[in-house]
Amino acid sequence: MAEVLEPKVKAPSEPAFSKKNIKLLTDPLDGNNPVTVQVLGICSALAVTVQLEPALYMAAGVTFVTAFSNLFISMLKDTIPSRIRIIVQLAIVSLWVILLDQLFKAYAFEVSKKLSVFVGLIITNCIVMGRLEAYAMANKPWPSFLDGIGNGLGYGVILVCVAFVRELFGSGSLFGFKVFEAVGITYQGNGLMMLPAGACIVVGILIWIQRARNGYSEEA
Amino acid sequence: MQFLRNFLDTTKPKIKNKLVHTAFDAFETFLFVPNHTAGAKGIQVRDAIDLKRMMMTVIIAMVPCLLFGMWNIGHQHALATGQNLDFLAKFWIGTIKIMPIIIVSYGVGLGIEFFVASRKGHAVNEGFLVSGMLIPLVMPPDIPLWQVALATAFAVIIAKEVFGGTGMNVLNIALTARAFLYFAYPVNIAGSKVWTYTGDLKTVDGYSGATALSIVADKSTALSESKALFTNTTGVDALTEAGKWSGSNLFSFENMFMGNIPGSIGETSTLMCLIGAAILIVTGMGSWKIIVSGFAGTYLMALLLNATAANAFMALPAHYHLVMGGLAFGIVFMATDPVSAAQTESGKWVYGLLIGAFTVLIRVFNPAYPEGIMLAILLMNVLAPLIDYFVINANKQRRLKRMPAQTAKVAA
Repeated sequence: MAEVLEPKVKAPSEPAFSKKNIKLLTDPLDGNNPVTVQVLGICSALAVTVQLEPALYMAAGVTFVTAFSNLFISMLKDTIPSRIRIIVQLAIVSLWVILLDQLFKAYAFEVSKKLSVFVGLIITNCIVMGRLEAYAMANKPWPSFLDGIGNGLGYGVILVCVAFVRELFGSGSLFGFKVFEAVGITYQGNGLMMLPAGACIVVGILIWIQRARNGYSEEA
Repeated sequence: MQFLRNFLDTTKPKIKNKLVHTAFDAFETFLFVPNHTAGAKGIQVRDAIDLKRMMMTVIIAMVPCLLFGMWNIGHQHALATGQNLDFLAKFWIGTIKIMPIIIVSYGVGLGIEFFVASRKGHAVNEGFLVSGMLIPLVMPPDIPLWQVALATAFAVIIAKEVFGGTGMNVLNIALTARAFLYFAYPVNIAGSKVWTYTGDLKTVDGYSGATALSIVADKSTALSESKALFTNTTGVDALTEAGKWSGSNLFSFENMFMGNIPGSIGETSTLMCLIGAAILIVTGMGSWKIIVSGFAGTYLMALLLNATAANAFMALPAHYHLVMGGLAFGIVFMATDPVSAAQTESGKWVYGLLIGAFTVLIRVFNPAYPEGIMLAILLMNVLAPLIDYFVINANKQRRLKRMPAQTAKVAA
């Protein structure tokens, strides 16, 4: 076989925060949001959003896990046999999740108790697995890392929005601070907002608002 | 009437504002029969029955429940506070309590309807007329008005307009409003404090505002916790015992059938609900299949539980389930809602039977929900399309079987 060796052309290295890479960060915040557009990670979005504080921790945790799992899978992608790639991905994700869980237990024990199993369940969060399969397995480490951060933040934005509404109307407070009492209104907490069903309705309304703003039509 | 017609005809072209135009159009339709004529193509023969007439018929069917509810608020008030009031005084108390609720319910609901209709540029339709009357009837008399407003807004927006407005809703609107309050503000719509309007007056000795269902449920839970023995009459005895404060047997079967017991405004009287059912069936507005199968499902499930009676509630005589709580009201006015019920004729039997059966199951087995009819109907609203799907599929299979083998192959 006469194989012609193509001269290797080194692709011009693009700057770390090129337009394309910035897009990786900003896209998931709105137009391609993992929760409201792709409808992933709903379970935990319903479970941890009763109050703002745990929601913020959860958002940070998922961002951390998605980013670093993406980074490591992207670095290893050429060495992972495709038939066992899911289990390899799981192993790497669980590494970060366990690390995160220990960090929470060490430095934010109260929040860790509130989040209970949902930190451990990040392993099964569809967003993490989805980004690994859809992005990290086919892209370079740095863009993968940014993609992980972007999607984690996209998830986090929704989490914080939902938690804001739920804590404000459910218990009349924000970060535990009684807002309505501070301005002199006796507020009767809305029990529906404390239930996961209330979170589901809030997520639905968020999707409604987003679609009304961005213009959305059902694909045929 | 002619001057009204003339007024409308001269004013109509002057209106430019969209919202005012929508409102004007709605009231014109309300006052006069719309002068729509059949076009050159399409349907030529029309029935006089339109949405407006349909809704008004259902409202007329609810009037007995409403009037009885007004009297009953006053009656319960008199019983609880030990006053001796005459018929009109009782009726007046009830009128004062329920009128604001009705006004708020219609005001908020129609306000949203008008707004949405003017934004979408179509006429206001009469869909809310029935819901707006049903909502007050399933509220306790002492419900805060802002909660009525909030629940109505929630139900109209989330259960109806989001899905495309009148005729497109998956869930019954009035029950969605009630379910919203039930989960959002349980203090004001559950328990034993809310069902009787007492005002600031002192209640009579031994008074308890508990409803029949919660009395039996509490007794049953207490007995099974202490592993005490019970008989088939334990539930009935508990009711008799609990009703003693009123000076007579408040929770006798007759009383519960007639409806002079504490409860939501319009739901207490099984008799008035049956009168409503008769109106609905005679005029063809409500499906008799759903009503009959609803009651049958309740009775059969209660009989089944009687047979295995493992606690006092399960041993409660089956016919008691038919007159307790809001079962009759729910089955007659809410399960028959033609939009959210099953559409196929045999599906209606299944739909009604399951509503009845689930109601009893929720009542007996879930101590957190003494009344099950609300959740049972909402659950079956969600499952109704599935029932229809199976009915239609079964029909297809049956017809395919009837075909000669050769054609069947071609058709497949």
